[in-house]
Amino acid sequence: MAADSEFHVLAVDDSIIDRKLIERLLKTSSFQVTTVDSGSKALEFLGLHEDDGIINTNTPSVSPNNHQEVEVNLVITDYCMPGMTGYDLLKKIKESSSLKNIPVVIMSSENVPSRISRCLEEGAEEFLLKPVRLSDLNKLRPHMLKTKIKDHQEPEKQDKEEKQQQPQSNNNNRKAMEEGISTEKIRPRLNGITAMV
Amino acid sequence: MDIVNQLQRQFIDHSTSLHREGIVDDQFTELQKLQDENSPDFVVEVVSLFFEDSEKLLNNMARALEQAQGVDFKQVDASVHQLKGSSSSIGAMRVKNACIAFRSFCEAQNREGCLRCLQKVTHEYSLLKNKLQSLFRLEQQILAAGGSIPVAK
Repeated sequence: MAADSEFHVLAVDDSIIDRKLIERLLKTSSFQVTTVDSGSKALEFLGLHEDDGIINTNTPSVSPNNHQEVEVNLVITDYCMPGMTGYDLLKKIKESSSLKNIPVVIMSSENVPSRISRCLEEGAEEFLLKPVRLSDLNKLRPHMLKTKIKDHQEPEKQDKEEKQQQPQSNNNNRKAMEEGISTEKIRPRLNGITAMV
Repeated sequence: MDIVNQLQRQFIDHSTSLHREGIVDDQFTELQKLQDENSPDFVVEVVSLFFEDSEKLLNNMARALEQAQGVDFKQVDASVHQLKGSSSSIGAMRVKNACIAFRSFCEAQNREGCLRCLQKVTHEYSLLKNKLQSLFRLEQQILAAGGSIPVAK
């Protein structure tokens, strides 16, 4: 069985330079990484059809126990992309009953307060300013642990992550949404219903 | 080995001047830190991608500004925005700053101003490219002579 600490991150950025950089940063932080260059490719990878929101379970790589083709523990996306922006992608993920529990992090080269609050209000866990540094990625692990704990509720997975319930680091004032989940025990998540306040 | 020491000293001098002259900033150092035995050519690879991408973008800007029937400033700005982002990502500070100035002329739809900025960005880019290529050449020479690359800061 794969190590409990192996998290898979889907990174989305239209810039090839930034994709290479984020991939290296994530791998250095011991995450498994898949990079795609657009929001639509991200949704495809997550197994979501844009039009009807139905998960495609007919592809050969789907495991019978998972709705998605591959388990993704976090999506990190650039904000400014042609076609589907990072914000659009965030919305689609949060509107999908099967994907809404996947933490989403937004990256942007521009520090625009209204942009930041819009993303956080839509459910982004973090908003990182580019260029992203290794230290920024340390903020990601707690969000991914939440999803592992969620998986523990499902019968086919036995994780030992319970004892690793880390408190959210709330000293970041960009994380207005996270105030409801601090040092308390993580609430069990019912399937398809998010426990976030 | 005398030759290795000589080359290493040249490398350090070159690297220091890149930073001192503001051609690269801390972000470039961050890139170098990400290079290790798992990814030994990381910096060269990213920078090569940057060179390819930048030249394409600079061409786009030049073509867009040449349009006799009217310049599409949005298009120019889009390319400048991309170059600003990628230069920031690799720590190419002077290129990035030249892009920031460029964007205000795009916003003002000032063709003359844009052309001057394009000249400036192109100049900074060429300078950066030359200097980084020299740096990489020194690295190769050090490795070929059996030495190791001095670690940044």
